[in-house]
Amino acid sequence: MCLAIPGKIVSIEDAAGLRQARVQFGGIIREASLELVPEAQIGDYVLVHVGFAISRIDEDEAKQTLADLEQMARLTEEVGADEMPEHSVQNGPSRQ
Amino acid sequence: MRYIDEFRDPRLAKSLIADIVRHVTRPWVLMEICGGQTHTLVRYGFDELLPRYIELVHGPGCPVCVTPLDRVDKAIAIASRPDVIFVSYGDMLRVPGSKSDLFQVKAAGGDVRVVYSPCEAVKIAEANPDRQIVFFGVGFETTAPAHALTVLQAHRLGLLNFSLLASHVLVPPAIETLLQSPRNRVQGFIAPGHVCTIVGYKEYEQLAARHHVPIVVGGFEPTDLLEAIRELILQLETGRAEVVNQYARSVSRAGNLAAQQAIELVFERCDRRWRGIGFIPKSGMRIRAEFAQYDAERVFGIEESGAEEASECIAADVLMGLKKPMDCPAFGSVCVPESPLGAPMVSSEGACAAYYRYRRHETQASGEVH
Amino acid sequence: MSKFPEFDGVLTCPVSVGVSERILLGHGSGGRLSAELIQSVFLPAFDNTALNHLNDQAIVDFAGKQLAITTDTFVVKPLFFPGGDIGSLAVHGTINDLAMGGVQPLYLSVAFILEEGLEIDALRRVVTSLQRAAEEAGVQVVTGDTKVVEKGHGDGLFINTTGIGIVPGRLHLSADQATPGDRVILSGPIGDHGIAILAQREGLSFETTIQSDSAALHTLVRAMLQGVPSGAIRCMRDPTRGGLSSTANEIAAQSKVGIVLQEEKIPVREEVRGACELLGLDPLYVANEGKLVAVVDPAAAEAVLKAMRAHPLGREACIIGTVTESNRGTVVMRTAFGTMRIVDMLPGDQLPRIC
Repeated sequence: MCLAIPGKIVSIEDAAGLRQARVQFGGIIREASLELVPEAQIGDYVLVHVGFAISRIDEDEAKQTLADLEQMARLTEEVGADEMPEHSVQNGPSRQ
Repeated sequence: MRYIDEFRDPRLAKSLIADIVRHVTRPWVLMEICGGQTHTLVRYGFDELLPRYIELVHGPGCPVCVTPLDRVDKAIAIASRPDVIFVSYGDMLRVPGSKSDLFQVKAAGGDVRVVYSPCEAVKIAEANPDRQIVFFGVGFETTAPAHALTVLQAHRLGLLNFSLLASHVLVPPAIETLLQSPRNRVQGFIAPGHVCTIVGYKEYEQLAARHHVPIVVGGFEPTDLLEAIRELILQLETGRAEVVNQYARSVSRAGNLAAQQAIELVFERCDRRWRGIGFIPKSGMRIRAEFAQYDAERVFGIEESGAEEASECIAADVLMGLKKPMDCPAFGSVCVPESPLGAPMVSSEGACAAYYRYRRHETQASGEVH
Repeated sequence: MSKFPEFDGVLTCPVSVGVSERILLGHGSGGRLSAELIQSVFLPAFDNTALNHLNDQAIVDFAGKQLAITTDTFVVKPLFFPGGDIGSLAVHGTINDLAMGGVQPLYLSVAFILEEGLEIDALRRVVTSLQRAAEEAGVQVVTGDTKVVEKGHGDGLFINTTGIGIVPGRLHLSADQATPGDRVILSGPIGDHGIAILAQREGLSFETTIQSDSAALHTLVRAMLQGVPSGAIRCMRDPTRGGLSSTANEIAAQSKVGIVLQEEKIPVREEVRGACELLGLDPLYVANEGKLVAVVDPAAAEAVLKAMRAHPLGREACIIGTVTESNRGTVVMRTAFGTMRIVDMLPGDQLPRIC
């Protein structure tokens, strides 16, 4: 129900006073309404839900999130698998 | 795919899990609210990956699951009329009403059509001026703006044959209900990222403060949810109860103002009954009187069926995180996706369906793949 | 002061609708409902050895040879789609049903149900395409039939076929022969056909148009069978309606074994994945019309793979899973995260009228 997918705006047109965009998701293109994100421009990424763009992806925030995760991943790899905290309780069959 | 694949990177996920393991020292009960988040957690098997100390329970964030029985009955009654083309999202078709479901109505000759977007319902109305087109608008705050715009579009086009059977519910009142219950075990929440994209997260700050629970606004991809879980654990382990926005690439504190305005124009808050849970005050939305001609309830004047739900479906307890689907005596035997007893087994985002589809056995793989 | 509801353990739920008394679209989806219909209505009525194998084709002894027979009906909407039409699809689908038994296809019958008002030109296009597909595959359409139904009762055109062929030697491929340790091989990316159809219907456009993968697989099958010992290939199936998931589940059920698939090994084209993400579909359940799944003795797997990759319809062939002793009758998948999830049989239909 809350299925919303990010896609890139490739073109915008005015259809009878309503702002519509052609949005690219992976290799496919679909139309979406821009009524809820009037500031969106060509090249922006938007989140599309049931044929309506509901937000503009903040690419700086996305980059920051990924950078933080990347840093955490690097630290984890440096620390290595022999540092298992004593108080943790692992669940079920593990696969390492 | 950009802004999806990066957040599904197993390497990033593994380090998040390692960090969660490093910080957790005692049992915690966490709830994710949105059905889409449930789907991701169950499909990727996160219960298998996370420390046993963390118990994930699934909340009532599946609008299909919580649509009240009498509303489904209303939909069925309207769809059964020969002058009606009944248009709906696919998920609602198999949800059981008191005696039937929309699929059965279709099988018996009713004109029931599935669409991915409400815009298509308007197109159908334009193409069929001699029929009544009714769109079954089910959803949370995420979908309400789209439905509002659809009503406005119908109004702009001067359509006389289009109406919306609105069934919207709001998340914060449901969380409030759960937190007020003496049986509540949930200590931290992952708030639904797409709902918050629309409405922001100010209301969640009030909830967090009032009940002293941490709430993290989370996205829907694996690393989003793991980040949200990690943040909740960090807060719980240090006794904090703040609202943090993990899904900052889409969510802002104020939300989407244009979307909020659209909702405000067309809908007003009302009390709403949630299937399996009961009446929650000011937890729903109905169409304002000015748009009465687009309100299917007013147009068709269908009486409340007064249907009471009864029998062995434990949807209530599952939806409020008090029980797991596997605790239900009917799970997987009497209640399966082909013949569901309750909505959580029907909806692709329902907890019962997710567990049935992905996790119902203890799976031990003995074969290795090369 | 608003009163919030209290939970006192009262369990609330509607009465179950139970088993349907009417045919639902889901009964044609190739998933669980279809299987139940076969088990509850057709098998009890017909009940014979050849049928009970429940393979894509029936094999009967006839005049000292093994004769293979199959039948199929095509109701695809729209009639014309990128990569084919109902005519070529009818030929490929029927040939593939035979080919999955290692059969050399020889003859087809083709029966048309035409809707009053169908443009004869459209019919001509379908028939031309059908004939071309038959010629390319080396089969002859030797008999046929035509019926016309009133406007509003037929969606343009339906085609029913029967295919006949000969099983070479004493070959016996059957979905009940999978053995723990066997490798599961897929001939190429999944989801093309279903998405090509859906794209037409939903007005999705693609940067590079997704084509249906509709193709006759009998020459690929022949290449696979050559150079491996008899019995090394246990069975083959083409994952049409219900997708890879239904095929894997059917094999697991009929052979009473488990199957473990490896998510990262299953190829899906980017456009297909994009369409599936957008529409909330799982490629595992989307129909294919030019792909096959083979269950193979591990000792012969490499040889089979090599033969497939040398053939134009098998260039992207890969091993996607293994047959196991445990979890009999169930298909599970190792996700990219290393966790295991069940690949369930589709209950109803994801995409109706796909074939």
